[in-house]
Amino acid sequence: MKVCACVKVVPRAEAPLRLDLTTFRLDRTVASEVSPVDEFAIEEALLLRDALGGDVVAVSMTPESGVEALRHALALGADRAIAISDPLLEGSDLVVTARVLARVLQRESPDLVLFGSGAIDAGGAMLWSAVGELLGLPVVSGVRSVGVDDGRIRATRQTAGDEIELDAPIPSVVGLSGSVNAPHYPSFRDIVQARKKEIATITLEDLRLGPEASSAAARTRVLSVSPRPPSEREPEVIEDGAGAADWLFRGLEGRGLLPGAVR
Amino acid sequence: MSGSPLVFIERSHGEPTDGSLSLVAKARKLFGRAAAVVCGPGAEGSAGLLARFGADQAWWADSPGLEDELGAPQVDALAQLIAAKGFDTVLFDYSIVAGDVAAGLSARLRAGVNWDLQALDLREGELVGTRLALVDSVSVEVGWVGEPCLAVFRSGVLEPVEVAVAGSVHRFEPEISEASRRCTVVDRRAGAAGRGRLGTADVIVAGGRGVRDLASMDLLEDLAAALDGVVAVSMPLVDRGWRPPTSQVGQTGQKVRPKLYVACGISGALGHRVGMEKSGTIVAINTDPAAPIFGICDLGVVGDLHEVVPRLAELIRERTGVGAAAGDSA
Repeated sequence: MKVCACVKVVPRAEAPLRLDLTTFRLDRTVASEVSPVDEFAIEEALLLRDALGGDVVAVSMTPESGVEALRHALALGADRAIAISDPLLEGSDLVVTARVLARVLQRESPDLVLFGSGAIDAGGAMLWSAVGELLGLPVVSGVRSVGVDDGRIRATRQTAGDEIELDAPIPSVVGLSGSVNAPHYPSFRDIVQARKKEIATITLEDLRLGPEASSAAARTRVLSVSPRPPSEREPEVIEDGAGAADWLFRGLEGRGLLPGAVR
Repeated sequence: MSGSPLVFIERSHGEPTDGSLSLVAKARKLFGRAAAVVCGPGAEGSAGLLARFGADQAWWADSPGLEDELGAPQVDALAQLIAAKGFDTVLFDYSIVAGDVAAGLSARLRAGVNWDLQALDLREGELVGTRLALVDSVSVEVGWVGEPCLAVFRSGVLEPVEVAVAGSVHRFEPEISEASRRCTVVDRRAGAAGRGRLGTADVIVAGGRGVRDLASMDLLEDLAAALDGVVAVSMPLVDRGWRPPTSQVGQTGQKVRPKLYVACGISGALGHRVGMEKSGTIVAINTDPAAPIFGICDLGVVGDLHEVVPRLAELIRERTGVGAAAGDSA
């Protein structure tokens, strides 16, 4: 069983997010990490490997500054990592990203491709479907739990309280939803050992992909970026203290939100 | 350029979702006309409703293999419909399935897809989408190169409007490929029971990751009782098994808009926010002053919910509860 976990390298959660206002791209000079939602994909891949044997490969399209962040995927237990890193890819859109990932995955030819739930606001929460389409593989998405048996996968999807059971043959592309497992923390030993593992960095040329897979082929573009328009709400936030509950009470009362008024 | 929009209608429990219906009126407002498409078993009945929401053309298909919950067969259907009828813009209200259909079409048609849109406008004939980025701190305007333009809205940002038009209903019979039928639905368990409760509540007290233990959920239940409301949770607490998925608010749960939403120990990650940001008044209680929830609330307390919630519940009981002395409030 070979599982590829596709992960995104993002600025560290505690780092301030900055956009370069001339290119409209994310400032990648700040420290980066494997996106926390993608740790679920790595963990799930490891669980499958523990149960069924095989390999786990972390795959990421990232600028060069993010390549070392993949070391974390290796510390978690991935056997190796592939970074597709090419200046021609900066500013690529979903179509281009999917095409590049699909080419790498085609070469790797895994039994399963796993995606973390992705960020809704970064389009990650549908990338798997474009990759599945390009690979000609079934797509199993919104997955809260997944099992593999006899060459097929069985997965559960939950939405608004409803649950459905999906079935597909292997190989398949799987999009996970939310926290499907509890990612472990790598030990010091894991981290040391991860230094010896391989991160293969490849370019578009290595993939024999031409301009059709570079950002020049993007079918969307950013027209402008501006600070968010002021929200219609004006948050009043106070530190907890003796009067905090009373302050909240009065706030609710003033808005007519206490029982009696609400009804 | 753009002028021929198609809206992807998604159904839940056999009914078109409010989010997808809202886009029909949106398309109509932008382009002066709107076609809509609905696929799956019983799609004909759903198509018949669409004129009420502004669709002058409703397309439906129920070819074998089409299922509401599966993206790939619907990619086949929409790709064929788009090719046959020349739609140049396709609108989606985000969900797992809508996202899968949009991204699948994007790959198959080499079409640009912009997502998480809050707004869509025509500017000098060009389609311009607006979305928030970087944890909603900046507003980004996006455009498309070529056609069709695939526009995925943040789920539920618009409200459905009833704009009755004289609409025609058309069947189409797409061929669903064998490849698109490999993923199948083998079982469905509807959790409809809890649906109405959150959806109709005027007051929701919601707990998130910050709730210490299962016993602490009683604090929220108590506040909810004092406010005559109900308790909801964010996804982590469903994952912990503390509450059923029916009580989850967020992208993969319910979208609610009560008059009062009290978020306790909820950071306000986007996945949760899309389920509750349309609430009337939002109160946030969280220990982390940097939590995004404090940016979208009306009243916030930086503090421990295990302390603040019981004090607030007690105050409400004291001052408004049955048997409280009159005239001593405020």
